[in-house]
Amino acid sequence: MTPMLDVAGLDVWFGPAHDRVTAVRGATFAVAPGESFGLVGESGSGKSTILRAVTGLISGWSGRIAVEGKAVTAMRRDRAFQKTVQMVFQDPYASLHPRHSVDRVLSETLALQGLGDVDRRITRLLEDVGLGRGFRFRYPHQLSGGQRQRVAIARALAAEPRLLLLDEPTSALDVSVQAEILNLLKDLRAEHQLTYVMVSHDLAVVAHMCDRLAVMQAGRIVEIMDAATLRAATPREEYSRALIAASTWQR
Amino acid sequence: MTAPLLSIRDLRVTFPTRQGEFQAVRGVSFDLGRERLGVVGESGSGKSMTGRAILGLVRPPGRVTAARMDLDGQPILNLPERRMRAIRGGRISMVMQDPKFSLNPVMRVGQQIIEAYRLHAGGGRAQARAKAMEMLAAVQIRDPERVFDLYPHEVSGGMGQRIMIAMMLAPDPEILIADEPTSALDVSVRAEVLNIMDALVRDRGMGLIFISHDLNLVAQFCDRVLIMYAGRVVEELPARDLHAARHPYTRGLLDSLPRLDAPVDRLAVLEREESWRTEAIEGSMLDAQPGGLR
Repeated sequence: MTPMLDVAGLDVWFGPAHDRVTAVRGATFAVAPGESFGLVGESGSGKSTILRAVTGLISGWSGRIAVEGKAVTAMRRDRAFQKTVQMVFQDPYASLHPRHSVDRVLSETLALQGLGDVDRRITRLLEDVGLGRGFRFRYPHQLSGGQRQRVAIARALAAEPRLLLLDEPTSALDVSVQAEILNLLKDLRAEHQLTYVMVSHDLAVVAHMCDRLAVMQAGRIVEIMDAATLRAATPREEYSRALIAASTWQR
Repeated sequence: MTAPLLSIRDLRVTFPTRQGEFQAVRGVSFDLGRERLGVVGESGSGKSMTGRAILGLVRPPGRVTAARMDLDGQPILNLPERRMRAIRGGRISMVMQDPKFSLNPVMRVGQQIIEAYRLHAGGGRAQARAKAMEMLAAVQIRDPERVFDLYPHEVSGGMGQRIMIAMMLAPDPEILIADEPTSALDVSVRAEVLNIMDALVRDRGMGLIFISHDLNLVAQFCDRVLIMYAGRVVEELPARDLHAARHPYTRGLLDSLPRLDAPVDRLAVLEREESWRTEAIEGSMLDAQPGGLR
């Protein structure tokens, strides 16, 4: 079966040639259609950088990125790519335009994707993410953090993507709100047969959401394991064990 | 039983708004001994505002009132700023969430520690420098001589937070208020910072108020926990009993956390009840014993 996302020998770097910082080195992993795949590691380990390289937010990369078997080649992602792959960012306070209403955010996205029937679609999207139509003409400052993240998820879903890249989607939220958003993401994945690639520093969240995960350290993938291995704390590599051990503080 | 370091009764923080007065903290009472006291709650629960009120950091038009706010038996509520400055940083210190915002970016970290120390303890530059080195070593910074001359942007988040702790502890305070001291840190660094604070509480007999949204962390790290909701303490219990908490809010928070050791298909969602905002608190703080050193 063709993987939904295939990443092989991926290097990602920042800065000009003489002052180059390589943030990801030789990352290789494949995510099957319908799978939920996690990327974990400390800050600076390169996990978010991989997502940003896949979506085209970073231009300095080499290696292979392929979505449904189609390799990404151009700097700019084409329309078909954007219809297939969408991203949800960490901070719902920063990822929504403060002076655009929910309606504008969603209708703009729909127009960009060339989708008609805007009225019906917006109502549907808002229902999908658990916001009533009453939220349609609100501005971000009239929404709580959890509601904003729902709008960001609705925006990502507007294109009817098959692969959703989630960059720490709940780390800016309270635990009670986190539970609501994680439940929503689980429901949406089942309903729309979505594939997830999720970045998180919270191992319990990743174990809850993902089937498999990659542990990253200093730009490299140390190990790929399944969620059961994470829960049992029986990974192969020393670093993964240390990371799991550090997630609970013991006197 | 020893007298508490800090004794607070009916603390209220009020802000005027266009819709009338808003109380961010609504009648919080507790005693702090030489212990690790955790204060847990969601954003907006008033936990940080409680910490700020103790230090007199609530800016007008915000207003702080209390039936009692005593440090070693002396009232410290709404002291004139000049007298409060002697207490703040000297006898009660605070470590904030993100060292990036609490360190002065254009001053070498060593100088910042020296400044904080001399302000409260006086003494000459040479003595202050020695003290700064000692404090940097106490927070497990391996090469204090080198770190002393660095600027904040040259150190990592974990090191920045250790430098903050070193600075706060140099004047040897009786109480440290740590407001989400590890939320901006990676898990591996978090453990180090917690170990340092843990050792300081034990070795120096300091009182620690540990403000956090992370219930599991507080359960493991603290001796006693206050759970705050909508500006009030809804439950107080020994940290080791947190998982046996009775208040539906505390239970709801615990159940909404995904756990590595207990997989669930769906997470429980908190159903908030209006009564949590108003109901009387079981096991009132007024007869609570402040914890001693164990």
